[in-house]
Amino acid sequence: MEKSLTQRILITILGWGVALLLFFPIFWMVLTSFKTEAGAIATPPQLIFSPTWSSYVEVQERANYLRFALNSVIISVGGSVLALAFAIPAAYSMAFHPTPRTRGTLLWMLSTKMLPPVGVLVPIYLLFRNLGLLDTQFGLIIIYALMNLPIVVWMLFTFYKEVPLEILEAGRMDGARTWSEVWFLLLPLTLPGVASTGLLSLILCWNEAFWSLNLTSSAAAPLTTFIASFSSPEGLFFAKLSAASTVAVAPILIFGWLSQRQLVRGLTFGAVK
Amino acid sequence: MATVTLRGLRKSYGPVEAIKGIDLDVADREFVVFVGPSGCGKSTLLRMIAGLEQITSGDLLIEGARVNDVGPADRGLAMVFQSYALYPHMTVRQNMGFALRLARVPKAERDRKVEAAAAVLQLQPYLERTPKELSGGQRQRVAIGRAIVRQPKVFLFDEPLSNLDAALRGQMRIELARLHEELQATMIYVTHDQVEAMTMADKIVVLQAGRVEQVGSPLELYHSPANLFVAGFIGSPRMNMLQSEVAGADATGVAIDVGPGARIVVPVQQGQVRQGDRVTLGIRPESLAAYDEGQLAGTVRLVERLGGMTLLHVGTEADLPLIVQTDGADVTSAHAPIRLAVDAAACHVFSADGLALPHLATHRLVARPEA
Repeated sequence: MEKSLTQRILITILGWGVALLLFFPIFWMVLTSFKTEAGAIATPPQLIFSPTWSSYVEVQERANYLRFALNSVIISVGGSVLALAFAIPAAYSMAFHPTPRTRGTLLWMLSTKMLPPVGVLVPIYLLFRNLGLLDTQFGLIIIYALMNLPIVVWMLFTFYKEVPLEILEAGRMDGARTWSEVWFLLLPLTLPGVASTGLLSLILCWNEAFWSLNLTSSAAAPLTTFIASFSSPEGLFFAKLSAASTVAVAPILIFGWLSQRQLVRGLTFGAVK
Repeated sequence: MATVTLRGLRKSYGPVEAIKGIDLDVADREFVVFVGPSGCGKSTLLRMIAGLEQITSGDLLIEGARVNDVGPADRGLAMVFQSYALYPHMTVRQNMGFALRLARVPKAERDRKVEAAAAVLQLQPYLERTPKELSGGQRQRVAIGRAIVRQPKVFLFDEPLSNLDAALRGQMRIELARLHEELQATMIYVTHDQVEAMTMADKIVVLQAGRVEQVGSPLELYHSPANLFVAGFIGSPRMNMLQSEVAGADATGVAIDVGPGARIVVPVQQGQVRQGDRVTLGIRPESLAAYDEGQLAGTVRLVERLGGMTLLHVGTEADLPLIVQTDGADVTSAHAPIRLAVDAAACHVFSADGLALPHLATHRLVARPEA
């Protein structure tokens, strides 16, 4: 469809407007992290100021950033890998060996995401306490995998549905049993989809705060806990909070930036083929 | 010895029965074609043999061993799909060698077998290409090559030529017949195209609504169709069917009035048929000929000139539509009155229940069933 010049200009302006609106809080956070504490709460807000690293230095002095970051990496990767390990066979059986209840099962899985997590906090907390999983990386990996499983299964299911059944049947005739069928045919054919599902899961894990705040304290605490530790009862120190947040979100922002092509391709897989 | 035996094979989808009890013997090295209108269950039956569909009841035997509960991977069969179903992420070489790779055949031997199959199908120049870089005909050949490489007990073909254009289809038909001879393999082939069935089959199985209508050699089905369905399905243009009444029946055949004062005697066994019974007279378009003293009178309504032959669409005096096949040089024009002679010996008579009355003599091209 051809669009007129004015239409294109309007759409461009709208696009930039939305993008700037979404980006502004992050921009402001980074800006604030380079201010002094006094400068951070000054009214009117300062746009021109002499930047300082002092907040970053203080943040690093008070908490060991690298340990939190390492926890984040281990827990996010572990949770995503575990979720994929369960979701790949689950989605396979739902996509290629459906039963009359498959649709219902899928919807039921999704419906668990509609429950507020706090609704199951107490039972999970007690379970974790009794099993000795509180403040362990393994405990968070389990929780994150479970948390993302419905979305991961759904996404994989949609990608698998795009694969013609006859290709898998040809594989079966060629002598492939279930695992070779998945490993040699299904996974290579849906690799872009599986990759973007993994990326999305990684990002969701990295940014998760509810469970990490409630189930960890120090040993297994990821970066979300690290940020939260700077909103202390003595009052909010905006510059330090911003500095902590900036270093916490920086890795995933860079990661998202690098993988955006893959992410967009995966998320629009079926829609624009 | 690769034989396939079906004993009372049935398939149900819930309350719907798709395959309603099929008995069939496929002999070693035989080329068997399943043919029938769409929805007759021919593809389902093939997929049941392949192991891609569960068998609801009955027995399937390959080389005499019951394989109902053996998975498709372990039946030792190869299948060529209508959509080719090539692995899009693999090269032609990898596609053809995939079964061997799964069977852990060493790479050198794998390459040797793939190249041998590629030579048979003239695919050597394309071995390193991926399927999307090939034309439809080449993809089809890769799909066949993938089956050949495995040296399967039985080849299964599910309408393999229906996605090709007419010229290529004719060429592939010849190639498949050549392959069958070269490989000396048992083949089961599903198609809705009766030309494919007639030209390639040793044995045709005509299916309708999940049942076998008739099994026989192509010419047996053509010259001695067992019932109205087979008579109408095999042969193009279709057999002319005239609703008639028996004028008389004795040991020499069944007499039928095809027009006022025009009686023909068809040399078939009279069986239970008596004078006055309603029957259907079947006349192949080539069993009718324009002849001034012919028994049937009518008017030519339409002339289709196909070059080598001409089809005359005739309306009889009783206003029955008939198709007449004459040679390409026929000069008959539309709207002309015409008289037609009927070759009574080549006609067929079907009783009210649709079953054919057997001919007294067997057609000379049809082998008598061995005792």
